[in-house]
Amino acid sequence: MIECKKIVKIYKTGSIEAVVLRGVSFSVNDGEFVAIMGPSGSGKSTLMHILGCLDSPTTGMYILDGHDVSTIADDGLADIRRKKIGFVFQSYNLLPRATVIRNVTLPLIYAGVDRLRREEMAKESLRAAGLPEDRWLHHSNQLSGGQMQRVAIARALVNDPAMILADEPTGNLDTKTGEIVLDTFQRLNHEHGRTIVLITHERYVAEHAQRIIHIKDGEIVDDEKNIKQRVTNYTNGTI
Amino acid sequence: MNIFDILEETFSAIMVNKARSGLTILGIVIGIGSVIAMISIGQGAQGSIEASIQSIGSNLVLVRPGFQRGAGPVSAGRGSATTLTQADADAIKKEVTLAKAVAPEISRRYQITAKGKNTNTQVTGTVSVYPEVRNIEIDTGSFITDQNIQSLSKVAVLGPTTRDDLFGEWSAPIGETIRINKVDFKVIGITKAKGGSGFGSQDDVVYVPLSTAQRFLAGDTYVTTISVEAESADSMSAIQQQITDLLLARHNIPDSTLADFQVMNQQDIVQTASSITNTFTVLLASIAGISLIVGGIGIMNMMLTTVTERTREIGLRKAIGAKKMDISLQFLAESVMLTFFGGFLGILLGWFLAYVVTVFASIPTSVSLNSILLAFGVSAAIGIVFGYYPARRAAGLNPIDALRYE
Repeated sequence: MIECKKIVKIYKTGSIEAVVLRGVSFSVNDGEFVAIMGPSGSGKSTLMHILGCLDSPTTGMYILDGHDVSTIADDGLADIRRKKIGFVFQSYNLLPRATVIRNVTLPLIYAGVDRLRREEMAKESLRAAGLPEDRWLHHSNQLSGGQMQRVAIARALVNDPAMILADEPTGNLDTKTGEIVLDTFQRLNHEHGRTIVLITHERYVAEHAQRIIHIKDGEIVDDEKNIKQRVTNYTNGTI
Repeated sequence: MNIFDILEETFSAIMVNKARSGLTILGIVIGIGSVIAMISIGQGAQGSIEASIQSIGSNLVLVRPGFQRGAGPVSAGRGSATTLTQADADAIKKEVTLAKAVAPEISRRYQITAKGKNTNTQVTGTVSVYPEVRNIEIDTGSFITDQNIQSLSKVAVLGPTTRDDLFGEWSAPIGETIRINKVDFKVIGITKAKGGSGFGSQDDVVYVPLSTAQRFLAGDTYVTTISVEAESADSMSAIQQQITDLLLARHNIPDSTLADFQVMNQQDIVQTASSITNTFTVLLASIAGISLIVGGIGIMNMMLTTVTERTREIGLRKAIGAKKMDISLQFLAESVMLTFFGGFLGILLGWFLAYVVTVFASIPTSVSLNSILLAFGVSAAIGIVFGYYPARRAAGLNPIDALRYE
């Protein structure tokens, strides 16, 4: 469970202060699929960085899985990211000349998991992310955009995180491939009970979630239950 | 992250950019290679100089006349005085108990003729233990015996060069007659070639009995050098002291600074020569070391480029849980691996260069284990020193900025 209490983030450049988040409070339960939606400049990226423990709030409290992480410093945050959070980025961020398996095992290397176990876990999460087995030994730069994003999803899953944080995961993909990726998230949420926080500026993408938090000018303006959750046509996960 | 994982990451990162890694390594290869080659040339030279000093005899103490001090301030030069006598040599033999053998000699240059050919060379009058003391071996015939000395025999032993000059190469003139200073000598032996040493060729020489030389050639009983062989290297300085004390007493000289003789220890000569060659080696190695520093800067340059190029990768690694230490170690390992590769290839190159120098320039070289260990140590140190700054820069990147980096 994630709890944000009155999170404020202020960036200081010299004497100029930019208030990016103005007291954001919300909570996400385990097993929820939430979309955080807002136009660019709304502060959603900053919120994502705080949720992902890449940054700390100026004031306020952020409780992740029962622990207050708002005051932890650099290396401590790295530990939390490794254990609790799986990232999926817009631009995939895979190691280009490494195999798919190697990319997926990367978080486990830092977690100190032994070699054999690593490979097993990677295969398991590649299956969950729905990447066909014949691609597993390919180099990641030989894959299509949709396939790369599935590798990134598998990498996010591999350390069994409390939350998957997806930052515009469909931003670089065409509509059809984007749907496939969104379907993967839905399936992980439905079938595996994963908590997913999706950050996007597109209404259409946000509608794939169960709940949509609207953010504007650093404040939450609306928190709606998405009754008509969009269902994709790719439930079998073929690409 | 264990060491094996770090090495795997590092190796694959290096292999991604083979050409660049290779060229960067080349700087270290040349640096280490030239250091190894220079040290080996220096050490080889030192070895050959020491061997050549040792070849004049082992554990040798030489006693030679000192300055000729007249009434005025003019010194005729070291070695010019006729102050050492046969009696001094006999006294050393009798009283310096640590001396294993004592060989006085009288050396002067004379014109020598034989069968119409002639040469001007050094004639050394000496005793039967001389070959033992001065490491001289007999090729054919025999050396001067005690019997020859007692009976003032007019016999001569030729060095191989003198033999070549007087009788032609590879001849065996045993029993032939040579004429030194209008006195006829019978040739009884030829010595083996020793090659040139640091103190003139010991092959261009004629040995005659000491007593014969004093009586028929010099006309007095002075000697020019007394060679004393010590039992071991340890007793050399004791012998040196004993001889000094003895001769000061015999010559009635109260102050050792006024001594009319000098006692030289072979060890001192070796040490002096070694210190010269050491300086020479250090000089060569430092010049080569400059190229090593340039190579190190090349490594740093490449690592900085790599860190910039892989900013997003660093951001990702941090996002998925790498700590500062993990990133830092990865990049440090990369530069150390590069310099280690370079060091290894450099040792092979240095070895090859040393070999080439030996074969084509006939300068003796020796690649020692020490210089190899030094090369490995230095290359690892260069990797750490020049990799530290780029690694710290990588580790210090903010993951948010790194992930956004274009």
